[in-house]
Parts: sequence; C-alpha cells; structure tokens
Amino acid sequence: MFIIHGLTTFGRYLLLMGRVFSIPEKWRVYMKQYAKEMSQLGVDSIGIVLLISFFIGAVICIQIRLNIQSPWMPRFTTGYTTREIMLLEFSSSIMCLILSGKVGSNIASELGTMRVTQQIDALEIMGVNSASFLILPKIAGMVTMIPFLAIFSMASGFAGAYATSLFGIITADDLTVGLLHSFNQWYVWMSIIKSIFFAFIIASISSYYGYTVEGGSVEVGKASTNAVVYSSVNILFADIFLTSLLS
Amino acid sequence: MIELGNIHKSFEGREVLKGIDALFHEGKTNLIIGQSGSGKTVLMKNIVGLYTPDSGKILYDGRDFVQMSKKEKVLLRREMGMIFQSAALFDSISVLENVKFPLDMFSDMNEADRIQRAKFCLQRVNLQGAEDKFPGELSGGMQKRVAIARAIALNPRYLFCDEPNSGLDPQTSLLIDELIHDITTEYSITTIINTHDMNSVMGIGEHIIFISEGKKEWQGCKDDILTSTNEKLNSFIFASDLFRKVKVAAMQ
Repeated sequence: MFIIHGLTTFGRYLLLMGRVFSIPEKWRVYMKQYAKEMSQLGVDSIGIVLLISFFIGAVICIQIRLNIQSPWMPRFTTGYTTREIMLLEFSSSIMCLILSGKVGSNIASELGTMRVTQQIDALEIMGVNSASFLILPKIAGMVTMIPFLAIFSMASGFAGAYATSLFGIITADDLTVGLLHSFNQWYVWMSIIKSIFFAFIIASISSYYGYTVEGGSVEVGKASTNAVVYSSVNILFADIFLTSLLS
Repeated sequence: MIELGNIHKSFEGREVLKGIDALFHEGKTNLIIGQSGSGKTVLMKNIVGLYTPDSGKILYDGRDFVQMSKKEKVLLRREMGMIFQSAALFDSISVLENVKFPLDMFSDMNEADRIQRAKFCLQRVNLQGAEDKFPGELSGGMQKRVAIARAIALNPRYLFCDEPNSGLDPQTSLLIDELIHDITTEYSITTIINTHDMNSVMGIGEHIIFISEGKKEWQGCKDDILTSTNEKLNSFIFASDLFRKVKVAAMQ
C-alpha cells in the first residue's frame, strides 16, 4: 500500500514536472516572475543563512577546540576541521535542510492558498499554463540563488570561527593556518553542485505539494508540512548519492 | 452561442450530471439555477474545461470543446472570461496589475496601451482611483468588480460567473447583476451565470435553466418562472416566503 502510494505520488510529480518544463508563453512576464522569485526565495533568505552559519561556525570551532585538545594534536586541527565541516556538509546539506523549512513551507503555502482560493483555476481558464507560470520561476530562481547562499554560508561560518578568537578560545593565526592547510578547491565546487541539486529538490517538491492541494486551510497546512518533510528526506538521500558520486 | 449535448459526469461512481442538454444564447444573460449540491458548479466547470465530461458535447459556436486538442483549448480559453465565487484575484499584485494581467500574457499591445486598456476596464466597472490598491484592501463587492474588469480586458466572447453575488449585500448584488447584464448586451457576449439568488433570477434572467439532482428540470425566462407548474422548480423558488407572497399577488 505504502509502495503504491509512493509510486503514484512520484508519477504525479513527474507529470507535473512535465507541465512545468515548457517554454514560457511570454518571456517578459516570465522574467519578471523569475526576478521576483530570486528576491523572495533567495535574497530574503540571506539573513537567516548568515545568522545560522555564523553561530554554527563558531560552535564547531569551540567544540573541536575543547574536545580534541591534546598535546599530540597540531594547533591547526581546529581550523582545518572547521573548514572541512563547513565546506563539505554544512554550507550545502545542512543549510539546504534549514532552507527547506523556510522556503519549502513558503512555496507550498503560497501555491496551496492560490489553489484553494481558485487563483490557479483563474489562470487555467485564461489559457495560461499555470504549472509552468508559477513553478518554473520558483525552481529557476532557487537554483540561481543557491550557489550565492552556499558561498555566503561558508564565509559567515568562517567569520563565526574567527569570532571565537576574540574570546581567546583559539588564536586567529592558528585558525588561519588550519583553514588554509591542504585546501582543496574542489570541495567548494562540490558544495555548490550539491546545493544546486538540493535547491531543485526543495523548489520542485514543495511546489508539487502546494500545487496539488485539495480542500481548504487545513489541507494547505498539511501540504506545507509535507513539503518540508519530503524535501528534507529527499535531500538526505540525495546527499548520500551525491557525496559518494562527487568525492 | 454555447450548446451542451447530453453531458454526463461522475465522481467515484456517483453520477453528478445526468445527461444535460442546454443552449446558451449570445448577447443574453443565461442563468443556471438550482439548489446547493444540484450540480451547477460541476456543470460550469465542465463547460469551461476545468473538468472533462465523461460523455457529451460542448459546442462553442459549433466548435466541440471536448474533442479539441490541448493547443486549440488554450486558444479558445483566451476568448473566455470568468468571475469566480471568491473573485480569485491575484493577491500579491495591485488592482491595475490584476486587470492588466491577461493583456500582459496575451496581447501584443505596448505597456502604455495595456495600462490604458486596464484603466478603461476599471472605469467601466466604476473603480477608477482603486488602481494601486491590493485585493486585500477592497470590499467583497469591489473585488467582484475588479474580477469583472479583468474578465472583460481581452474582450471575451464568453463570460462565466460562478455565484457572483455570493457574500454580497442585496444592493451590491443588484449593482453587480446590472453590470454583468450591461456588459453582456454592450459587447454581445454569451454569458452564463450560476446562481441561487432569486433576486438575480428575477432581475436579469433572460434565459434560465433549472437543474436538480444533476438533471435539467426546466428552462424558460424570468417571466415564465412564477407561473411554472414544475414541482421541483416551485419548491426551489417558493422556499422563500417573499416569493410565495409574490406568487399569490400575481395570481390574484
């Protein structure tokens, strides 16, 4: 039963994506929507990304410094480990899990409300491909903005790590040596590539749950929850796959 | 002119429309009346293509909507305007942008002409000065008027109204009815209105079909309705004390 339900949902998701990826009817209107979504989904998320990344960067640095303190450990270990965690997992996977909560629920509730208030029906009757008109700019906007958010997250995380030096937990010099030790540029690219896939997952799955709402406000709430849960679960599965593929 | 031929529609084995035939005339306000749950909204959703009938024909001036390709349906839909029960305005954009939206999507006018046309439509529904407001800032009646302005922006040949007076006071309902009727005759549109508001029926019902339990029970005009002998129609109309008194007065 669970498998049949899962396969049915996946089939409907693919059919919806088939409608989404069509040539826009009016490029001028599409570009306006695209710019709006970049602002709403990307620019409006910069604050939360910077805030969370800053504190997590600081906390990782403190935890590593306190927990693996040993005379046998080189002093750069803290900076090195902080960098690896931030680049390899936090700025892509964990940041996207956080964004699936913020952006995913936003997308699902917006589209769900449009559905129950017949705004989507109004678009359909006008002869507009509502799936493409509403969802494609969200996916494109999110995929465009996510590399910037990932880079901001990395920078803010390192700033948080440096902030701990103000409290004497680690010296700025030791941290700098650690951050630069055996630096592999590919890790930055890996983080960006992973985040692009995750952005697609967040925008498309949340749009699916919002667009297919039937009922009223209770169902819109359920759709928002489903959007966050299923986006997060898919990000976790995709993370395993992408990490093994890209490493 | 819109012609329906033997429309059937079922949901999960329950037949909601049971072979409806009807003719809706150009330049007239055609009303579909019936109790809540009688199948009015399902019928309208079939006519505009939000649902596909299980069998039957829907002819728009001879063009069979059911048999059309997706592309043909999209083109035909550009000749339609619809006013929803909830107005269904796009709440993230202003009133002017709402009315301009169909023009942005489907007209080749330049920006200045599109704005001018949208302002003209707003003027036509007596809403000049509300251009920069957002739908959430408007009353229910004003929202319906914006919906009418948006529906007529592309000069539609067919106008559909799903309970346009729902939630409005009698005076505003009258204004909306008159507006729809005036626009219908002015632009010679085929207008179909779903309603169970008897004031609308008696005010603008030029051609009326009454459906009950998914079947067409009666058709006629507002002048025939009070003298009809159809029992189901009578129990629907004269459920209101006011209309019972009107009938008694008419008979006397």
